[in-house]
Amino acid sequence: MNELTLTALRLGFLLLLWLLVFSVVGAMRRDLAIGRRNRTGAPSAREIRRNPELAEPPARQQARQLIVVEGPLAGTTMHLADSPILLGRAQEATLVLEDDYASGRHARLFPQGSRWFIEDLGSTNGTYLSDRQLTRAQPVDLGVPIRIGKTVIELRP
Amino acid sequence: MSGVDTVQRSRRNAELALLLLALAVAVGANAMTGLHNGTSFEGDFWLQTILLTVASLAVHIVLRFRSKYADPLILPLVVTLNGLGLAMIHRLDTAQTEYGNAQVRWTLLGMALAAAVIWFLRDHRFLRRYTYISLIVSAVLLVMPLVPGLTAGEINGAQVWIRLGPATFQPGEVAKITLAVFFAGYLSTNRDLILLAGRRLGPLQLPRFRDLGPMLAAWLVSIGVLVFQRDLGSSILFFGLFMVMIYVATSRVSWVLIGLTLVAVGGFVAGRIFPHVASRLDSWLNAFSDEVFGRDPGGSYQIVQGLFGMANGGLLGTGLGEGRPDLVPFPHSDMIIAAFGEELGLVGLFAIVLCYGLLITRGFRAALGARDSFGKLLACGLSAAMGLQCFVVIGGVTRLIPLTGLTTPFLAAGGSSLLANWIIVALLLVISNAARRPVDTTPWRPDEAPGHAPTSSTPTAKGRGQRKAIEETRTEAVRIK
Repeated sequence: MNELTLTALRLGFLLLLWLLVFSVVGAMRRDLAIGRRNRTGAPSAREIRRNPELAEPPARQQARQLIVVEGPLAGTTMHLADSPILLGRAQEATLVLEDDYASGRHARLFPQGSRWFIEDLGSTNGTYLSDRQLTRAQPVDLGVPIRIGKTVIELRP
Repeated sequence: MSGVDTVQRSRRNAELALLLLALAVAVGANAMTGLHNGTSFEGDFWLQTILLTVASLAVHIVLRFRSKYADPLILPLVVTLNGLGLAMIHRLDTAQTEYGNAQVRWTLLGMALAAAVIWFLRDHRFLRRYTYISLIVSAVLLVMPLVPGLTAGEINGAQVWIRLGPATFQPGEVAKITLAVFFAGYLSTNRDLILLAGRRLGPLQLPRFRDLGPMLAAWLVSIGVLVFQRDLGSSILFFGLFMVMIYVATSRVSWVLIGLTLVAVGGFVAGRIFPHVASRLDSWLNAFSDEVFGRDPGGSYQIVQGLFGMANGGLLGTGLGEGRPDLVPFPHSDMIIAAFGEELGLVGLFAIVLCYGLLITRGFRAALGARDSFGKLLACGLSAAMGLQCFVVIGGVTRLIPLTGLTTPFLAAGGSSLLANWIIVALLLVISNAARRPVDTTPWRPDEAPGHAPTSSTPTAKGRGQRKAIEETRTEAVRIK
């Protein structure tokens, strides 16, 4: 095999190696869309115009605030925006529960479509939605009690 | 430790495409090594190619079935690194040595173990139950090389191997994983306590003395490894792992300062007392003096030969198979980075370092996305350990820091290291699957019995049993879906 082919192959291999690196970086790019709303979120106005059946039943009342009904923080209210809410004892939680029976990162309330869902984050004592222990994320309707340790939370319009 | 939402798509096809590219690199490298004298496709080339391809595709298929939403970039990157290592070790084999085939066997075993972990470990939080057991396991693993009857004696100046039948094994590599599991479990449970208690001193919040306990224990373990096993690299790795994890858990700079003080004290004293540490330092600082270069043992011959090799490679390298990395002692294990520097040049070495960098960022990405703090800490610790290991090895070979005997993950010859690193990769894949999986929002099924809401006075009483019940229903839900 002559010298020229060898050099070409040598440089070709280095190119191949870098091609791999750049393809990986390219594939990573999609992941950078941090915090973008989920695909399963509310359909846009345009999508509704094309497929009318996508439109949500409008009658339901929207949850606008969260209220602590029982527990050490009873009486606290919190305005609900569009971002997920972390419930727990940790300082970084959106609603810091001063409850001995809550875990640091106990549960998460998040909006999806027009509803709020609650999801247990692997807490020690569990999260209860109207007296049923959560095993996966569940939609929360207005006025349904969510129990975390000694604290009970409800969503209000 | 904030949460990050992810675009939830499985992207297994992207993984397959990148995996094929990675296999092309690995097989290409293996073929290139024999090109200059026309022995490319002789010997074990075809066997190695087929085994590597089949095994990586098998891991990919296991991911398709079991962890559909796992990170799509981790597997291709690891296969690239492992394949490059196989090619280089194969190329360095002389008539007397058989490292290449041994490395292929260990690679297959490593991939099989990774596939088994992905298959059987459905939820990484399962490991949290074994927090303290993994502490005991780590202690046992670390002590094993010192037990007479088990130990393989002192090899190359360090006592870190045990004898298992005909093979030797380095239990310290596995201890890396069990220690990360322990730290993650311990810190995710006690994080709030460590965070809130303690006195303030100016801008620093000092921890309470009893919260310092585990840190002092980690420091003592690292010192013990250094003294009794004469393994500077692992000692740095274990302590660094703990420091990273406690910093990530508490985001308090005071821990890092305390840790660095302990490292400085330990390093200074070790440099004074232990001759093997002192000679490492000497051959780092005065590598090019005649006296240190020629000293045996403990001279700088190895480092300097490695540097000459990389200088010989220059920007584009001599080409695979055309350099003389065999002039460096231990070219297939400790100095494999120097071998790559010589034959692929700076351009190739940068690509390899970037592969490591990308792999580690994917680990941290899994940590960012994970919703539970145990998973966050575990993914973070495991990827930080891998990063630290790369830094210590590559920094040592390029004379940025003293050379220590750690293995380059996936590249270097060494079965224990390969197995441990494949398990780490499997754990990262499982955690990233949990992080990227869409939240299951299917409504209650009618057959699901309502849970027993605890009366508000005794929520902890049934904690453990209930948790188990949740996990059971969870796996059941997945199965039905």
